[in-house]
Amino acid sequence: MRGVSLPRILQGLMMNLNRFLLGLLLLAAPAAWASEDVHSAEAHADTAAVHVEEHATEHGASHAEEAKEGFDPATVIMHHIGDSHGWHLFDWNEHPVSIPLPVILYTDNGLVVFSSAEFHHDQEGTHVVEAGGQRFVNIHEKIYYASDVANEHGVYADMDHETHEVANAKPWDVSITKNVAALLFAAIVILALFLSTARSYKKNPNGAPRGLAGFVEPLVVFVRDDIAKNNIGHHYKRFVPLLLTIFFFIWINNLLGLVPFFPGGANVTGNIAVTMVLAVITFVVTNINGNKHYWGHIFWMPGLPVFVKPVLAIVEFIGIFTKPFSLMIRLFANITAGHIIVLSLVSLVFIFETVWVSPASVLLTLFISVLELLVAALQAYIFTLLTALYIGSAVQDDHH
Amino acid sequence: MGIVTPGFGLIFWTTLTFFILLFLLAKFAWKPILKAVQEREEAIDSALKAAEAAKAEMASLQSSNEQLLKEAREEREQILKEARALRDKTIADAKTAASEEAAKVLDAARAQIHNEKMAAMTEVKNQVAQLAIDMSERILRAELKDATAQKAMIDRAMEDVKMN
Repeated sequence: MRGVSLPRILQGLMMNLNRFLLGLLLLAAPAAWASEDVHSAEAHADTAAVHVEEHATEHGASHAEEAKEGFDPATVIMHHIGDSHGWHLFDWNEHPVSIPLPVILYTDNGLVVFSSAEFHHDQEGTHVVEAGGQRFVNIHEKIYYASDVANEHGVYADMDHETHEVANAKPWDVSITKNVAALLFAAIVILALFLSTARSYKKNPNGAPRGLAGFVEPLVVFVRDDIAKNNIGHHYKRFVPLLLTIFFFIWINNLLGLVPFFPGGANVTGNIAVTMVLAVITFVVTNINGNKHYWGHIFWMPGLPVFVKPVLAIVEFIGIFTKPFSLMIRLFANITAGHIIVLSLVSLVFIFETVWVSPASVLLTLFISVLELLVAALQAYIFTLLTALYIGSAVQDDHH
Repeated sequence: MGIVTPGFGLIFWTTLTFFILLFLLAKFAWKPILKAVQEREEAIDSALKAAEAAKAEMASLQSSNEQLLKEAREEREQILKEARALRDKTIADAKTAASEEAAKVLDAARAQIHNEKMAAMTEVKNQVAQLAIDMSERILRAELKDATAQKAMIDRAMEDVKMN
C-alpha cells in the first residue's frame, strides 16, 4: 500500500531533518547555552516538563539579573516559544512595549476579568493585581492567588522548598493569551479566505476557478483525493470537511507563526496544548468510527498463533494512544524547533555583540525561514495524512 | 511556563475555536466548494461523454450516408439498365413489326402482280386464240375457195375418219 509507506518515509525524513536542524543549532550558537537549550528541546518529548519547570524556577532570579547585564538568548527564546498574557512587540528605551490582552480567570468566586497591563510586565510575582475582591500574581506567565505578604525575594507567593514550585493555589485561567489571540486571528484569516472562496463559486458556478478559488481548489482537491480518498476508502466523504479544516488550520497557523511581527510570530502550532487538542480530535474520531474489523485487529489479530494474540493485543492497544500522541509531539517539536533555530540565528548578533556577524545571521535565517515554509506545509500535510490513515484503518471493510 | 505542559486556557480556546471553525467552514465553505468542484467534474465528465456520443453518432451517420449513396447508385444503375433494356426491346419490336409489315406488303404486291400477270396472260391467250381463229378462218377461206380443194379436204377428213 502506497498510503502506508509514504508517511513512514516522510516521517523518517522529518526526524532526520530535525536532527539536522538541531545539529545546525549546535554549530551556530555558543555551546554554553546551546547545549542546555538543545537538551531541553530534545528532552521535552518525554519528561522535560519537570526539567524545564525546575530550570525556570531555579534560575529565574539569576536570569533576570543576567538580563540586566547582558543578553540571555535562552530566556528570550523560551519566552517567545511559550505563551504570555500580553503580546510583547519590542523594547523601547529599555521598557517593554506590549499589547495588553484580557486576563480571564474562573475563580472560586466566579469570573474575574482584567487587562494584562495591570501586571506591569511583572512575571516574577512581585506585583499584586487586585480584581473582583481577590489578589493575583503572575509568576512565569502562570497566575496564582497572591499570598498576603511577600517573601524574602519580594514575591507574593510561597515556594515549596522540595520541588521548588509555587505552592499557591491557581484559579482556572482562560485568558486571551498571546497564543489565543493569534489563534483567533488565524481563525478570522481562515474564515475570510474560505468563505470568500465559497462565494466566488456561487457567482461563477461551473466556470474555471479564478482568483482565490484557483489557489484554494487544487489544495482542496488534493486533500479530498490524495489524502482522504486514497487512505480512507469509499467512506471518505464524511471525513473530508474535518480533514480540510485540520489541514488548513495547521498550515495557516504554521505560516502565521513564521511572520516575524505582529499579528504573526506566535508559536501557536508549536504549543503542546494546541497540538494536543488536534491529536485528541484525531483519537476521538478514529475510535468512535472504529468498526468490528478495526477492534478485531486490535484485540484479536486474525491469522496469528493464539499465544501471540494477547501479546499483540497489548501492543495494539497501546498503539491506539501512541499514534495520536506521536501526532501531537511531531507537530509541536517541528514547529517549536523552527522557532528556536530562527531566534537563535537572529540572536547571534547580540551574543557576539558585533554587527559583522549579521550577514551570516541573516543568510542563515533566510535559509531556515525558507525551509520552515516547506516544513509548515509538510507538517500540515503529514498531520492530515496520518489522521486520514488512522481513520482509514478504523473504517475500512474486511478485505485484504 | 513549561513548554510541554499544556495550558488549560489554550486547550479550552483551541477546542472552542477549532469546533466553531469546523462548523462554519463545513457549512459555508467546504460544502459549497466541494459541491461546486464535484458538479464541475460531473459536468466535464458528461460533456466528454456527450462529445464521444456525438462523434459516434456522426460516424454512424456518415456510414449510413454512404450506405444511402451506395443504394442510390445501385438504383440508378438498375434504372439505367432497365431503360436500356426497354429501349433495346422497343427497337427490336419496332424492327420486327416493320419487317412483318414490309413482308405483308410485299406478299400482297406479289399476289397482285401474280393476279395481274394471270389476267394479262389470260387476255393474251384469248387474244392469241382469237387471232389464231381469225387466221385459220382466213386460211381456210383462202384454201377452200375452189371446189376441188374443198373436195380434197373433205377426202382427207374422210380418210382420217375411216382410219379411226
